[in-house]
Amino acid sequence: MGNNSLHVLKGIDFKVKQGELVAIMGSSGSGKSTLLNILGMLDLADDGSYTLDGVPIKNLSETKAANYRNKFLGFVFQSFNLINYKTAEENVALPLLYQGVSRKTRIQKAKEYLKRVGLLEWAGHLPSELSGGQKQRVAIARAMAAQPKVLLADEPTGALDTKTSYEVMDLIQKLNDEGNTILIVTHEPDIAEMCHRVVILKDGKIIEDKKVDQVRALDHV
Amino acid sequence: MSFLFKRDTWQEVFDSIGKNRVRTLITVIGVLWGIFIYIALSGAAKGLDNGFEKDFEKVSKNSMFLWTQPTSIPYGGYKIGRQFSLKYSDIPLFKSKVPEIQHIAPRSLRGRWGIPPGKVVRGQRTGEYTIYGDVPVFTKIFSMKFYDGGRFINPDDIKEARKVCLIGERIQEELFEEDENPIGQYIRIDGVFFLVIGVHVYEQGGGFNSDSDIHIPFTTFRSMYNRGDKVGWFALSAHDNTDVVAVEEKIKATAKEIYRVHPDDERGFGSFNLGREFRRVSGFAKGVTLLSIIVGIATILAGVVGIGNILLISVKERTKEFGIRRALGATPSEVRGQILLESVFLTLSAGMFGIVLGSLVLTLIRLATQDLNDFPFTNPTVPVILVISSLLIMVVLGTLIGLIPAQRAVSIKPIDALREE
Repeated sequence: MGNNSLHVLKGIDFKVKQGELVAIMGSSGSGKSTLLNILGMLDLADDGSYTLDGVPIKNLSETKAANYRNKFLGFVFQSFNLINYKTAEENVALPLLYQGVSRKTRIQKAKEYLKRVGLLEWAGHLPSELSGGQKQRVAIARAMAAQPKVLLADEPTGALDTKTSYEVMDLIQKLNDEGNTILIVTHEPDIAEMCHRVVILKDGKIIEDKKVDQVRALDHV
Repeated sequence: MSFLFKRDTWQEVFDSIGKNRVRTLITVIGVLWGIFIYIALSGAAKGLDNGFEKDFEKVSKNSMFLWTQPTSIPYGGYKIGRQFSLKYSDIPLFKSKVPEIQHIAPRSLRGRWGIPPGKVVRGQRTGEYTIYGDVPVFTKIFSMKFYDGGRFINPDDIKEARKVCLIGERIQEELFEEDENPIGQYIRIDGVFFLVIGVHVYEQGGGFNSDSDIHIPFTTFRSMYNRGDKVGWFALSAHDNTDVVAVEEKIKATAKEIYRVHPDDERGFGSFNLGREFRRVSGFAKGVTLLSIIVGIATILAGVVGIGNILLISVKERTKEFGIRRALGATPSEVRGQILLESVFLTLSAGMFGIVLGSLVLTLIRLATQDLNDFPFTNPTVPVILVISSLLIMVVLGTLIGLIPAQRAVSIKPIDALREE
């Protein structure tokens, strides 16, 4: 966060269709996280246009950005970013709180999504009582609970061992099979192979954009 | 403002307060302590004030005594060291020359300053007691209470120099049987029979009353003891809205004029001004009150600053949490609202708890001191308006200080908050 400006992204031009599972790859410093943050409206692009589901995203005030994030986007982070004093269920219910969903529905939905990630029996546990893989699954449940248009995952498997990584990827693939659009930033080639499409960045530019034959994570587990 | 009435908002606030116990506790203690000290201090100061007030309530607050002393300067043909007495006939003179005087009561006594006390006999029982010669107006300057059926000396008693007397509680105990009503009975004072017309209630403080005083009409006293026109001393009171100190000077100057005492003679006349004493004491009590208010407010301020500090630290600690909340769609105003509500709620509840605790302590002090007569402390209270306004100050300051961390929490980009490890 210095005062020196640095051009991280230099002309990115790509489209993601609904229902796609896209991996964004690149070495560190290539700008992949920045791209994801711009897509996630956590960061702002200096220039250029961004259209999400036909809505041009520009001149965002913080409040507007918060509303868009709430309605359109789900986030999964490398470090899970669960709120440590809230139980798994409360964490999953949190985006619904900001959507103004009633308490009863929130709990019901939170339970439903925890069940989908196979953690229903852990609903009352605090993040500190969960394993890394479980935490990430709770985070995914939280991202999905708001029924976003796009799920943005920033190195979702970065802090997990291979086996757990594949379990998490299996979950992501299943969500994708149900028609959810998902973008994953990763630098692990095996994770990227589990997507439909791989976009490789280098020094702020797309150097490759290719379709791949999806490897099912389940085969590795 | 509608978020204030949403159950969810409060749920989040309680959740955050309840699950971060240490932080909550430290914050609450800060404010609680502040308001507790404030309430306890100002209540105690008020109690002290009330105590002094009560000690002086038996006495007219602008009253004084005037007596004669040997002169120290030769004047008007008289030599130094002249001894003289005040006279009963001076009363109208004083009244006309010093219009500020409201009441003037001549008094004489036996039983102090080397004068032998009256020997009192009733049947087989005897005793020696201080005898006062008094006029009815005396009770206008110094209040006196009597047991059932009793009365003070009245104008007819004076006019006819009746042989009636008031006795103290101890005299009743010593001269009468326990179940005997002394009123209507006779006692013999220095050989003369007196009808008992009342028993006066002994009240401590002031230093004028004792429980073994006898009051008889002034006129009876002077003929009995051959006092002629002489008066032991004057008890005076000034009108309510006058400056007692100035009146005292004026009375003394008048007395010096009447009795031909040198105007600069520091002796000649002695006086004791209760109004001045009262003012000194009540000034002290006011000082204590002021001090307690200053200390109290400073403590409250310290408490509020403490809250702000804790909130600021906790926001730094919780930067990530707020980052997550914002990534999940919390608007800046929702985040700000939550922090503000936390701060206001904590301040308010801690403040109320402090008020309850402070009142409790004041009640305990009151219970512990209510039987102590020589301890000037009565009814320690804090005016409701002060309590409410201090609470209000706290809430307002709590809000303002809560704004600092709230602003900080929303001023950083959510992505920076999330990156913070």
